[in-house]
Amino acid sequence: MIDNTLIFPVIVHLFTAIVQLFFWRKTVAQRIVSITGSLIAMLLATRLFTAVWNDGIRTMQAAGWDAPFGITFVADVFSSTMVLLTSFSGLAVSIYSATGVARGRMLYGYFPIFHFLLMGLNGAFLSGDIFNLYVWFEVIIIASFVLMTLGGRKAQIEGAVKYMAMNILASTFFLTGIGILYGITGTLNMADLSLKIAALENRKLVDLTASFFIIGFGIKSAVFPLYFWLPSSYHTPPSAVAAVFGGLLTKVGIYALFRVFTLIFIPDDFLATLLVILAIFTILTGTFGAVIKNNIRRVFSYLIVCHIGFMLGGLGMYSEIALTGALLYLFHDIMVKTNIFLIAGLIRKLRGTMNMDKLGGLYAEYPLLSLVMALVLFSLVGVPPLSGFWPKIYLFEAGFMDGQYALVAAIIVGSFATLYVIAKLWAKVFWKDQPDAPDGETPADEFKPLNPFRKSLLVVPIVFLAAITLYIGLAAENVAAVAKHIAHEMKDISPYIEAVLGPNVSP
Amino acid sequence: MKSTILNTASSYLLPILLLFSIFILLRGHYHPGGGFVGGLIASIAFVLHSFTHGTDDTLKLLRIHPGVLIPVGLGLAVLSMFAPVLIGDPVMTGLWFDEPFPVIGLIGSALFFDIGVYIVVVGVVLTILFTISQYSE
Amino acid sequence: MELLLVILLGVLYAAGIFMLLRRSMVKLLIGLILLGNGANLMIFLAGGITRGKPPVIDDAAKLFTDIYADPIPQALILTAIVISFGLQAFAIVLLKRVYVLINSDDLDDLNTPEEEDI
Repeated sequence: MIDNTLIFPVIVHLFTAIVQLFFWRKTVAQRIVSITGSLIAMLLATRLFTAVWNDGIRTMQAAGWDAPFGITFVADVFSSTMVLLTSFSGLAVSIYSATGVARGRMLYGYFPIFHFLLMGLNGAFLSGDIFNLYVWFEVIIIASFVLMTLGGRKAQIEGAVKYMAMNILASTFFLTGIGILYGITGTLNMADLSLKIAALENRKLVDLTASFFIIGFGIKSAVFPLYFWLPSSYHTPPSAVAAVFGGLLTKVGIYALFRVFTLIFIPDDFLATLLVILAIFTILTGTFGAVIKNNIRRVFSYLIVCHIGFMLGGLGMYSEIALTGALLYLFHDIMVKTNIFLIAGLIRKLRGTMNMDKLGGLYAEYPLLSLVMALVLFSLVGVPPLSGFWPKIYLFEAGFMDGQYALVAAIIVGSFATLYVIAKLWAKVFWKDQPDAPDGETPADEFKPLNPFRKSLLVVPIVFLAAITLYIGLAAENVAAVAKHIAHEMKDISPYIEAVLGPNVSP
Repeated sequence: MKSTILNTASSYLLPILLLFSIFILLRGHYHPGGGFVGGLIASIAFVLHSFTHGTDDTLKLLRIHPGVLIPVGLGLAVLSMFAPVLIGDPVMTGLWFDEPFPVIGLIGSALFFDIGVYIVVVGVVLTILFTISQYSE
Repeated sequence: MELLLVILLGVLYAAGIFMLLRRSMVKLLIGLILLGNGANLMIFLAGGITRGKPPVIDDAAKLFTDIYADPIPQALILTAIVISFGLQAFAIVLLKRVYVLINSDDLDDLNTPEEEDI
């Protein structure tokens, strides 16, 4: 079904950014525009999601040039769910940024760049053309470079070098993959590619091309051998930025992996084994890193790597149940990972440090706030009624049905390590008494002196995201229905192809 | 830079180069040229002026800070891209007036996109170069 | 011609990866630039090199019958060049900033220990 308005979630962020560029030095106006823009984007995303959920896949051909010759935008349930989740985290982060980001950073264009980043994310989710996906990826990474370095502290710049080098390398691999793909098929439209790749005789060439995409997207989503840039850079930028990065930026790599490996390259034995092995090692390395680190944000960075492995494993098993589990985990992960970095930022506001050894006594001082944080942290672990628990059931079920015992074992190890890390964090940061600072000076509490409105700007986004997490946990059957629907669409791609290329082409 | 010839020439070159850049901008749809090249030529005109008269004089001549041009141009380009949606066509559809205008020729939404690009390029190039030159002074 | 380009492509990729593995930051940047150029050349090659006219049809004709040069790889390369230009400009500024901050070109000096985190 053709719908020219599906591009709105992209355009609204572009307009927000342009309006903010007019208010270059006026940070109060920028904050108001940013929150308004994010609110509108959330409404549009909700509208898009309900429309797609009720009426099926929507497409838009730019300038009316028919696929596969023009630029195609497609909103299926997967894309529109991702756009919806992006809009939730975007709104939360833009509210949090209003007090959580220093004014000096805003003067150098924090908010416009943030909205360009969200525009890139929405564009990547809605793109139906592999080269446009590349272009949106570049929009994302160039915006993220600026956000990463904004402020110019030494640690930030150091992290940014690794981040920059690995991301440019990933883009180059991605571009090489696209080049080969165009060479062997002569098209760039993803639906058309799906048909042409399926018809190819030379499977070795297809596997080789697929490896380029695994490397490219693998670097971007921090998969095993090339994950190291993430833990060495994500703890450096301001917490609001780290929240978007942790919640959305690695997940867009996962999104691209899911899209490309369910639509274009259907995993054969070689690719499936490769993905499962990578997933196992990703989980284990993330686990080991998280266990030994002491800084809250460094721990969370390693947990991102660990949990990327869960989703990759689900893709590697490639059964409908496994995909359902992986998708459910993806939805939960976006909400929770955004939130835990916001929480880390709030802890830093409260105590002036993120080192677990120097923290303590938060529960005694802020019991209600601590309970909200506990809800989020234990959702991350997957304590039964909460959101992290349900995806794992699907993943275990798929693993046992498929005989992937190594992967199941790795997921169990990863889950227990997460539990251990979070329990350690809870004990050290919330329960233990505040340790005396060695030189007698207590770090400044930046939270207390704020007026109630500003305090609420910091707390509301955390509560908002926690409520969504709670919904994913307690109303899991609704969310699982969405995930199942998407998994079904991934196994049976003919509706997607029909929606893009018209009803006459059959796979 | 103290060179009488360059000094005198740049005062005459500025309007000529600006006119030339607009000519390049307008012929861009069917021939080599367009907003990007036109914008570069226009910014070179201003840069040449700043070489001889100093950056402050050029800023005074421009009246507004070149940074303001970026959102203006970006906004114009996006609006021209987005306008077809308002009448129900997909994004980026070319809308054209039926009758050609004298001198300029056919006018369509693509021209406004090019003008937007032109303004953005002038804004970006001048912002970068003036920031560098003021930083080093 | 194809063979020559294929060899050049291999050399660019090899040199790029070699440079990436060096410890100097400037060499890292040169490696990224070489790899980017290699990728662009790769698209050009994969799109097929044909000596032909631009794919523009006369007003009178309805179908295109002659050999024509495929415009899509060229459009892709143009886009990729502009993007990589932007990224490289950013990378150069970033590396200069790093050099000013830590006064070294060695990637191994880029490790602020965990104790100094805030």
